[in-house]
Amino acid sequence: MAPIEPTTHDQDPGDETRSLRRRRTVRLLVPVAVAGVAAGTIGLVPALADSGSSDPKLPGVTAEELVTKLAGTQVDTFSGTVKISTDLGLPGLIAGGASGAGSSPFGPGAGGEEDAEGAGATADPRSQLPALLSGSHTVRVAVDGPDKQRLSIVDETSEYSLIHNADQVWAYDSATNQVFHAEGGDHRAPGGQHEGRLPAELPTPQEAAEQALAAVDATTSVTVDGTSEVAGRDAYDLLITPKQDGSTVGSVRIAVDAENGAPLKFTLTPKGSERAAVDIGFTKVSFAEPKAGSFDFTPPKGAEVTEAEDLREKADAAGESARGSFEDLAGLGLNPGDVSLIGEGWDSVLRTELPEGVLSGKAFEKGKQLPEGFDPKTLLNSLGDRVDGDFGEGTVITSRLVNVLVTDDGQVYLGAVTKDALIAAAEK
Amino acid sequence: MLRVDTEERAGEVVTPRVAEPLARPGRSGTLSLFWSELGLTFRRWRTLALFAILAVIPVVVGIAVKIETRDGGVAGGGDGEGPAFLSQVTNNSLFLVFTSLAVTLPFFLPMAIGVIAGDAVAGEAGVGTLRYLLVAPAGRSRLLLAKANATAVFCAAAVLVVSVSALLTGMALFPVGDVTLLSGSTISFGDGLLRVLAVAGVVAASLLGLAAIGLFISTLTNSGIAAMATTVGVMITVQILDAIPQLDMIHPYLFPHYWLGFVDLVRDPVIWDQVQDNLVLQAVYVAIFGSAAWARFTTRDISA
Repeated sequence: MAPIEPTTHDQDPGDETRSLRRRRTVRLLVPVAVAGVAAGTIGLVPALADSGSSDPKLPGVTAEELVTKLAGTQVDTFSGTVKISTDLGLPGLIAGGASGAGSSPFGPGAGGEEDAEGAGATADPRSQLPALLSGSHTVRVAVDGPDKQRLSIVDETSEYSLIHNADQVWAYDSATNQVFHAEGGDHRAPGGQHEGRLPAELPTPQEAAEQALAAVDATTSVTVDGTSEVAGRDAYDLLITPKQDGSTVGSVRIAVDAENGAPLKFTLTPKGSERAAVDIGFTKVSFAEPKAGSFDFTPPKGAEVTEAEDLREKADAAGESARGSFEDLAGLGLNPGDVSLIGEGWDSVLRTELPEGVLSGKAFEKGKQLPEGFDPKTLLNSLGDRVDGDFGEGTVITSRLVNVLVTDDGQVYLGAVTKDALIAAAEK
Repeated sequence: MLRVDTEERAGEVVTPRVAEPLARPGRSGTLSLFWSELGLTFRRWRTLALFAILAVIPVVVGIAVKIETRDGGVAGGGDGEGPAFLSQVTNNSLFLVFTSLAVTLPFFLPMAIGVIAGDAVAGEAGVGTLRYLLVAPAGRSRLLLAKANATAVFCAAAVLVVSVSALLTGMALFPVGDVTLLSGSTISFGDGLLRVLAVAGVVAASLLGLAAIGLFISTLTNSGIAAMATTVGVMITVQILDAIPQLDMIHPYLFPHYWLGFVDLVRDPVIWDQVQDNLVLQAVYVAIFGSAAWARFTTRDISA
């Protein structure tokens, strides 16, 4: 670049000022142009990718063909990055408990001294996975058949990894440097529920899609709604819409890989909303066999290892079935036998009963420490709205997808149905 | 101190060029201009003080972690709270580098960059040495380029000071050995050092956008203090904007947005997306504010 000397030569002063001004104007255009090009590139690229014109052109298929393709997919090896965004509109307290992974609205301070040992901060999957219920998370998955899976929840400065290899299950939480280990068919929760194999437990697109398809019957409309591109792959969009009025589900959309029928993206949108409540989709995917080493795990030096067995023994000894909201419920006697189903299809409502004394707070007093002035009823009322009907009075806790009615005499009704439909079901 | 700078300019830089007016600055001229800028930046007390602060922070963090875990306790209370990677530091000295960078990245490092970049042009204009420089046929573009390069070198040096200090403190206080990555897999200490190098490089590069902004602001005023304050103010404002969830549509375009993305280099396998986005973003900022600084500096009236 030639040296630039705006003020060195003997020129007529007026001339100089004019040329300087012109030069200044021209030069100021340079950063403006650079900014324009940058903004254009940044702004236009996603806009073009989003616009309908770039949707892949694929041969037409019927809904039945697509469902078959999805159901019959032979894909059992894949790896990639999944983005999970959930916006269930849960009351703040519950959502906070979920993201706090282990603290519970039913048992603040529960466990007493054991908490000091870090019982609430183990790498136990049950204390980590509820975090996925709120917000947006990046999850890396690798699957090689039914015996080998790996899943990592990628946080800003930490990572939680869950590795299943044959009869070994390992979990590592880098934030606390703790390891959880379970062996054999033994990886059951202390409370007795079966943990299940990893892919059945975790909301990969595959998993979520299968659940939605299980609900397909006369109550549901299933159509093929165009095509889309997910993680660089061409896909058909399967659109599932409930025909029943009472459901809070607006639509379920599944992007099915045009080549191999693998589900790539799952979106659940509540009725009357544009914003998805659950959005699980690959941002990157490969159907090649993952590297064999991906499924090996050796506990890092210095990490604290919790054995599933020890955890269970400790819990049994303490006379508590578990920690965390779900286990607390189980411990309070919510056995599956107490649950009945009202209604059909999308309008189904689960009915169950709270054990005696929960609402009055009496049930908590044995072996559990309740904070001063803690009243379950007040807590419940602060979470929801008071309603009345044939069932007497109760509280409805609403979210964008699931509504729960707890009556004052301890009946619980839960369903992905509107508040009115829930009350109607309770009145039957 | 300012007087010394003035004399330095008069003695080392300006006089020789005035004495040999026929020598048109070629490649070697550009280089010597860069070296003189670099010398000017790094010989200042201010710069040395900044380096000293940056070097002390890892030592403080290291000692604090050591004291907290002295009797077998877990850093950060064992629940993963506190600065990033705190629970890993006790197991491996290398993690003190990552913790220290995560601690200094939100404020101390960018503040240091703001001071140096903001002062680069405005400081000399304020003291009155700038016009002597411009008498020499070095050319304003060349001078600005030399200053920009010296600022970039300072970014790298500042990150290096934090990293080396953290590495030495870590090796003195904590075990040296195989490194556990965030994903739970283990690599050798040598490979770990390579990751540290990569992380330091990415962190240094992620400060370049702010450096360009500082340099541009520096060409707008004759007051070095005003330019520094404005640059640091811009840095803080943008970080606040980056923390407001309601503004998440603009977040990917804010220069500090991917700063913590260096963490992805400590995973297995490495996730490159954020690092790549960060580098592109910094390049865009450098292009926009670098050209703006050039447009302003080459056309402005320099009277002081």
